[in-house]
Amino acid sequence: MGKKLNNALNASMRNPLNADRRTDRFVGIVLLAVLYIVLFLLDNFLPQTSFTLMMIPVLKKGAIYSLLCVSMNLLNGFTGLFSLGQAGFMLLGAYTYAIFSIPESQHEAVYQYFGGGAVRFSFSEAIGSVLGANAGSWLGAIIAIIIAGLVAAGFAALIGIPVLRLKSDYLAIATLGFAEIIRAVFQWEGLGVITNGSNLLRKYTSFSNMKIGSLSFATLFPFLIVTVCIALIVLLINSSYGRAFKAIRDDEVAAEAMGINLFRHKMLSFVISSFFAGVGGALLAMYQTTIQAAAFKTAMTYEILLMVVIGGIGSISGSCIAAFLYTACNEWWLRFLDSGHLGSLSVPFFRDGFRKVIFSIIIMVIVLFFSRGIMGDRELSFTGLMKRRKAKKTAQPEERGSENA
Amino acid sequence: MSDFLSANLPYILTGISVGGQYALIAIGYTMVYGILRLINFAHGDVFMVAGLVMIYTTASLPMYISIPIVLIATVLLGFLIERVAYKPLRSAPRMSVMISAIGVSYLLQNCALYFTGGLPQTYPSIPWLSSSVTIWNATTKMVTIVTPILTIVLVFALAAMIKYTKIGMAMRAVSKDFETSQLMGIKINSVISFTFIVGCFLAAVGSLLYFTNYQSVIPTSGAMPGLKAFVAAVFGGIGSIPGAVIGAFLIGICENIIKGLGLTTFSDAFTFVLLIVILMVKPTGIFGEKATDKV
Repeated sequence: MGKKLNNALNASMRNPLNADRRTDRFVGIVLLAVLYIVLFLLDNFLPQTSFTLMMIPVLKKGAIYSLLCVSMNLLNGFTGLFSLGQAGFMLLGAYTYAIFSIPESQHEAVYQYFGGGAVRFSFSEAIGSVLGANAGSWLGAIIAIIIAGLVAAGFAALIGIPVLRLKSDYLAIATLGFAEIIRAVFQWEGLGVITNGSNLLRKYTSFSNMKIGSLSFATLFPFLIVTVCIALIVLLINSSYGRAFKAIRDDEVAAEAMGINLFRHKMLSFVISSFFAGVGGALLAMYQTTIQAAAFKTAMTYEILLMVVIGGIGSISGSCIAAFLYTACNEWWLRFLDSGHLGSLSVPFFRDGFRKVIFSIIIMVIVLFFSRGIMGDRELSFTGLMKRRKAKKTAQPEERGSENA
Repeated sequence: MSDFLSANLPYILTGISVGGQYALIAIGYTMVYGILRLINFAHGDVFMVAGLVMIYTTASLPMYISIPIVLIATVLLGFLIERVAYKPLRSAPRMSVMISAIGVSYLLQNCALYFTGGLPQTYPSIPWLSSSVTIWNATTKMVTIVTPILTIVLVFALAAMIKYTKIGMAMRAVSKDFETSQLMGIKINSVISFTFIVGCFLAAVGSLLYFTNYQSVIPTSGAMPGLKAFVAAVFGGIGSIPGAVIGAFLIGICENIIKGLGLTTFSDAFTFVLLIVILMVKPTGIFGEKATDKV
């Protein structure tokens, strides 16, 4: 144990923290570039097999859920505000995006019960008519996504004033209540000319419209948006605001005594988290190609919360890992549990829904026995991994038995 | 006024009856919160499971056996949930317990989805409760009249138990101060288990009445009544049983009048508007005690 500590000390003296951070940043950028290239190849040049057909949706959805998890983690894990309003903000984002992206020619078909709808404006189309269809769908989608985030953030700022005065579980139930109210309002026929009532919104710009020339960016696009958003959140968390958030999480009274304006910082965290929830909602709308307010139930928030817990409350990389794992298990790897047979063996109790049962049992086990999740509150970093390996190698002769710790 | 009454009488009657059913669920919430400071998100799902158990037992057993089985099974389920999912986290932060509750809710819903195959299950009609009666030109089921009466009887029985019995006294002590009551020799774990048992028993009775009105059970049919009952508990001042009952009746009646006015989409939203208004104006609810923060 002593030797381990010594090693760590030596390492940190040789390369001070800044150097570590620089290496991490460099490695991160390289890995990201590799990821982008792989996804680009996947979109355009790799043959479609049953394997890629399963994997690509999981990748897209995993990326979107990563953003949603990180945005929830910012609020729940870093600021200590237990909010359950995620689904509501996602709904706002998804609808805002969809409403401003349905091309004019499709309005009659989409808003068939509401005389073609009131908002007959699509960013993609407006820009597309000037700069060409491809540039139109890129810029239009990005502008609509940003507006989606802003609408969610604006609404968060409005409800934050009353709601953020509440503590822990009251805050949870109040935000949950707001999410339900939003859902009801969006399903109301009276607003049908804008929201299409309880009917689907469809025919808007989706991932498959993201092209340059004949090259498709259907998988790369969500990854680009999500990585930019997560990078922004990471920058925020490492700034002085982020430290203030953590101080509020750890002890509100002490934080206030240190001169942190509680309400202002809570509001900031709430608004920013909602902004990215809105962006995530918009991306989800793009992924699904149709949306309906009825789908944004509390269960959606719960699902995101469970992912955050699996990844570790207070760990960005944990949230991302958990989002991909969860999506992959849910939509791909555990599918066989629903199929009725294991290999060639037929198992009678492997029928529809069994996957979800096993899945929720695993989640309960994690919640009860591994409450720190995959990452706890640590972050995955290249230098961190290297140090651990080094420490392991040098420490091996002495502590062979206790290596699991 | 009388026009309004005669036009809306069916809705008001349903409202009173639904209110009574919410009240039975709300008591479970308010008692658990009073003692553990935990929103038991799984309570609504326990209520749903009680409905499913009833469906499956009546398929093969006569009514007079299956009703006791439903009550016992629900109570057992509540006891088990507390022991397995909440007890190990007693010293953990409140957020983890709440997450565990959400996990249990997710598990119960998914199990229900698996067993029902995702199809709505038809609730059996309980002979006497399902028969229809006419009150002032409004025809409803017997259950509409039975519910408020049964609710009030059960609430008085519960109030008497809390006031006059030993376990009731222990419950009051635990909800006042967790640690001190432990030092006074109260067996915390059995008190908490007992609270869950009572809460789940009432939820089971509530489910018998509620689903007789609604006729079909789906895996998520516990979620909304559960949330509404929780709002009722907050409205009345969480931890207070009469408060929860009054809140539940109010929510049940208002919700059904809103339905009567043709704004069905907003009947659920109303409950949450009420929640937010009460949290803004009087966060401790109408009967709640003033909580002081100690630093």
